[in-house]
Amino acid sequence: MRVPIGWLAEYVDVPAGTTVEELDTAFVRLGLEVEEIHRPEPVTGPLVVGRVLEIEELTGFKKPIRYTQVDVGEAEPRGIVCGARNFAAGDAVVVALPGAVLPGGFEIAARKTYDHVSDGMICSVRELGVGDDHAGILVLGDDAPAPGTPAGPLVGLDDVVIELAVTPDRGYCLSMRGIAREMGTGLGVSWRDAGELEMPAWSGEPAWPVRVEDADRCDRFSMVALEGLDPTAPTPWWMRRRLAQSGVRSISLAVDVTNYVMLEVGQPMHAFDRDAVTGPIVVRRARAGERLTTLDGVDRALDPDDLLITDDTGPIGLAAVMGGASTEIGDGTTSVLLEAAHWEPTGVARTARRHRLPSEAAKRFERGVDPEMTTAALARAAALLAEYGGARVVGSPVDVDTRGPRPVIALEAGKPARVAGVPYTDAQVVELLTAVGCSVDGEGALRVTPPSWRPDLTDPADLVEEVVRLAGIDDIPSVLPTAPPGRGLTEAQRRRRAIGRALAEAGYVEAPSYPFVGEKALDALGLPADDERRQVVVVRNPLSEEEPALRTTLLPGLLATLARNLARGQRDLALFEHGSVFPGGRRSPAPLPGVDARPDDATLAALLGAVPDQPWHVAVALTGAREPRGWWGPGRPAEWADAVEAARRVAAAAGVELTVRAGDRAPWHPGRCAELLVGETVVGHAGELHPRVCAALELPPRTCVMELDVDALPPAAVPVGPSISAFPPVLLDLAFVVAAEVAAADVESALAEGAGELLESVRLFDVYTGTPVPEGQKSLAYALTLRAPDRTLTGEEAAEVRQRAVALVGERTGAQLRG
Amino acid sequence: MSGANDPYDPKQVAALSAEALDEAVAAAVAAFGAAADLAALAAVRPAHLGDRAPVLLARRELGALPPAARSDAGKRVNAARVAVTEAYEQRLAELEAERDARALAEERVDVTLPWDRVPRGARHPLTTLTERIADVFVGMGYEVAEGPELEAEWLNFDALNIGRDHPARTMMDTFFVGGGPGQDADSGLVLRTHTSPVQARTMLSRTPPIYVVAPGRVYRTDELDATHTPVFHQVEGLAVDRGLTMAHLRGTLDHLARSLFGAEAITRWRPSYFPFTEPSAEFDVWFPEHRDGPRWVEWGGCGMVNPRVLVACGVDPEEYSGFAFGVGIERALQFRSGVGDMRDIVEGDVRFTSAFGVEL
Repeated sequence: MRVPIGWLAEYVDVPAGTTVEELDTAFVRLGLEVEEIHRPEPVTGPLVVGRVLEIEELTGFKKPIRYTQVDVGEAEPRGIVCGARNFAAGDAVVVALPGAVLPGGFEIAARKTYDHVSDGMICSVRELGVGDDHAGILVLGDDAPAPGTPAGPLVGLDDVVIELAVTPDRGYCLSMRGIAREMGTGLGVSWRDAGELEMPAWSGEPAWPVRVEDADRCDRFSMVALEGLDPTAPTPWWMRRRLAQSGVRSISLAVDVTNYVMLEVGQPMHAFDRDAVTGPIVVRRARAGERLTTLDGVDRALDPDDLLITDDTGPIGLAAVMGGASTEIGDGTTSVLLEAAHWEPTGVARTARRHRLPSEAAKRFERGVDPEMTTAALARAAALLAEYGGARVVGSPVDVDTRGPRPVIALEAGKPARVAGVPYTDAQVVELLTAVGCSVDGEGALRVTPPSWRPDLTDPADLVEEVVRLAGIDDIPSVLPTAPPGRGLTEAQRRRRAIGRALAEAGYVEAPSYPFVGEKALDALGLPADDERRQVVVVRNPLSEEEPALRTTLLPGLLATLARNLARGQRDLALFEHGSVFPGGRRSPAPLPGVDARPDDATLAALLGAVPDQPWHVAVALTGAREPRGWWGPGRPAEWADAVEAARRVAAAAGVELTVRAGDRAPWHPGRCAELLVGETVVGHAGELHPRVCAALELPPRTCVMELDVDALPPAAVPVGPSISAFPPVLLDLAFVVAAEVAAADVESALAEGAGELLESVRLFDVYTGTPVPEGQKSLAYALTLRAPDRTLTGEEAAEVRQRAVALVGERTGAQLRG
Repeated sequence: MSGANDPYDPKQVAALSAEALDEAVAAAVAAFGAAADLAALAAVRPAHLGDRAPVLLARRELGALPPAARSDAGKRVNAARVAVTEAYEQRLAELEAERDARALAEERVDVTLPWDRVPRGARHPLTTLTERIADVFVGMGYEVAEGPELEAEWLNFDALNIGRDHPARTMMDTFFVGGGPGQDADSGLVLRTHTSPVQARTMLSRTPPIYVVAPGRVYRTDELDATHTPVFHQVEGLAVDRGLTMAHLRGTLDHLARSLFGAEAITRWRPSYFPFTEPSAEFDVWFPEHRDGPRWVEWGGCGMVNPRVLVACGVDPEEYSGFAFGVGIERALQFRSGVGDMRDIVEGDVRFTSAFGVEL
């Protein structure tokens, strides 16, 4: 809502000397957020009212040019050259005299042009910087002051416009009337209600036959008929100026007046060309198959929920939202039916949303309009149309009014104090509610009737809010409450933090990405057609049609981030991301129960059950050098094993043990994919990307990734402290020759099992292929530490362990001890 | 033992004379001092401390002395021996120290050489800032509550007093989600537009007193630009207890402000509107260390839980009251760390994230 300060001052006695900043503060204190303050561009130097005395048409130039004599209040008129043609001798105009500087630094000087000296300039709206919907000269009305009068204040050059963000509960603040009330109360000064009009004594036949068939959604419908409107009558400058300041385009006098009155008192109105209306006006719901071409030229299929204004021909308006084209006011309209009604907000919201028509009228009706204003707005509009368009009211207005009594809210006077923690007195509560416009009865137990313009006030809490707001919400004191002791973070929360820290400490940089993916990204990963990661949840209104689905794996986002960093010149990268993924699949729709009470257990269970599991995954991606080249040597490229190690670190941070075996899953290289398990449960995969995936995503060859389902990890067991033996260890090195395809993990587990209880640790310290190890075989060398808890091991004991271990490894894997 | 009257002249034994001993000591000190290194010292040692060294030979003469003279001479010999030994030890220590110093000097390295063989990683500042905020509340006894990002529409809107046709519902710029494999059916699910549904989940699953914070990722259909992102983060707070007031809410927010923005930080409140709180306010925080100078910065929204929300979630509004608040993490990161462009926060450039390290 744009509030021209000059307009506001018509209703509010703003104290002299009040600055724009003070108004800004006052608005904010009242809960009207100031979005922007529009200050007009300054005009300096002489800018005066002039009266055109003579016009000489100059010919012989490429375009028609006028040389005019203009009275600017001096002894002699000035000669001024002008290219515009929308003015006549006798018109009052705005003249910038030499020495004036117009917006944009445009300096006016006497200069010779078109063979004449132009001693100033006749200004257009655009040149003055007070509007931009006019190409021609600004012609002031007949009531313009005498030539020579400074024109700055007249055209509103000093008028600041404050643009407010009005919250959806404050529909009444979408009018000068509402803003004035707020500001008068906020500044504690006297103010005038723009809606308090003296109603004219209309009489005669009702303006038009009207029937309202849906009183639930239209509890007041008022209409007045006007005749004799001069369709060529211009909108007066002051009104055009205010509409422009308010961001509303000037169209014609009749339309401008309805818009102006809407801005003034908050009541949207519609003007029908009476001669185009056939038969009685009926307010009813749409029927199946009905259509309406609205003012914007769109032919719309109507929904049975749409409320219409109809005549004998069918729909002529989409109630509260937009009028129809067939009854639109045109260049020749002289008879008008002006309609002002009160519509039920949620129905308006549905229609506006259904037809994607967020009109100014719909916006106001959705947020609540004062139903008292229909006839006042009609009277105001009729008066303006009479004054500026020569129209006169015929007959008496129609007013179909089926409103019920306004609700009364019971409020305990002490409630606001208890909610705010501020000791408001009962008298203060009554005073503030009265300032809002409520009528308040009773003492202690108050019976509060909110004013007609505040349909948002329905609950005691709403009244509490008004008291707190007007008393000053920023005056609430600061008292820290004492919460009962909490249990700290949950295991899952601690685990997520530990995983993030562990990866960061291991050199990975966290890179969260948007969870939106498209088919293309899943194809690039080479996922088979039946891969469960292709079962996605689809966003119906995605930001990009390319990425309409929610991720089922972290890899597309993470690899995109990797590519972005590479494109920006990075070469060695280790990234990680952790977050939710959204598996698709069959779901039952979530119910939408009422809100009058807690949903029953079955409904609640259905509701919570309809929300799919969104497991927390962690993923890493690596490319380039894991260890950079430096003075210590050439560095080391990131490889599949780094990805597996990342998984081990994640598991360690989570307090669980991970086992690894060869896997085969997209998007990994089939020979370089580790399946990650906890017990027998596969929790993730790690290794090198398939070369085709690297190619498809334009990633460097041998890019490595890991992805693991953190939620699939079992809870960590409470760690048991080992007993530490102080007896000396026996160190054994064992090297085995085994078939190349045998997994080292199998050899090691056999070794450990064979060695038994006396084994303290085992470590693979060398893998070797080549002479003298036969082709197709490899040598694995292990360092074993043996130790007993209670004694020094004897040579015989150590030899026995060695023998058992070697035997079991041989039996399980066919490995031979290397000589 | 000799008799007292047994005449004795120590000068009779030349080797035991004071002059001879002094001479031997002087010779030893000179020889040790002249040894330039440990090898030379070892080479001269036998001549002065070996079995045939003058001082040791003199000691053997002691036996020849009459008892009366023996004690005197013994002291002299002993003092000489100690002097020679000390001279040797001292020189040995000197030479060893020299040798060690030389060896260590030779082992000198350039300690300014870099050793970034495993480059440092980092956590995203949104993560670490979220944790810091959560920790402030955990320190006050709050627990951290969670909810899904893909959320039931009822919990995101209806339960929070945002009715089907409420203007606020359309203003939320919601991502709607299709149902089932065909995706045509209405799923009753949305990408949550705020962390507030966690309020509803918490009240539906716990009984008061409730003190929780709910950090998380939320979604609105805004295009990414310097100040907007369709995917962003909030921390929501909720307290439901007997006798809670707006003053308690303010105390809580002021405490949060001080914890994150310094002891001078406080909040300033402006009336506002949220369907799920009433009264509602937006709040600014005074941030003395803002990079453009101390100032008020818009930060979040708050209010008393609307009794309608309490009712929908099964909490008796006659017995309990509650307050709730929400703050934007991106926004906090932007002004706390002087981040000008939202895109830097969301694009995952390692140069941005690395600057924040593992903890904030």
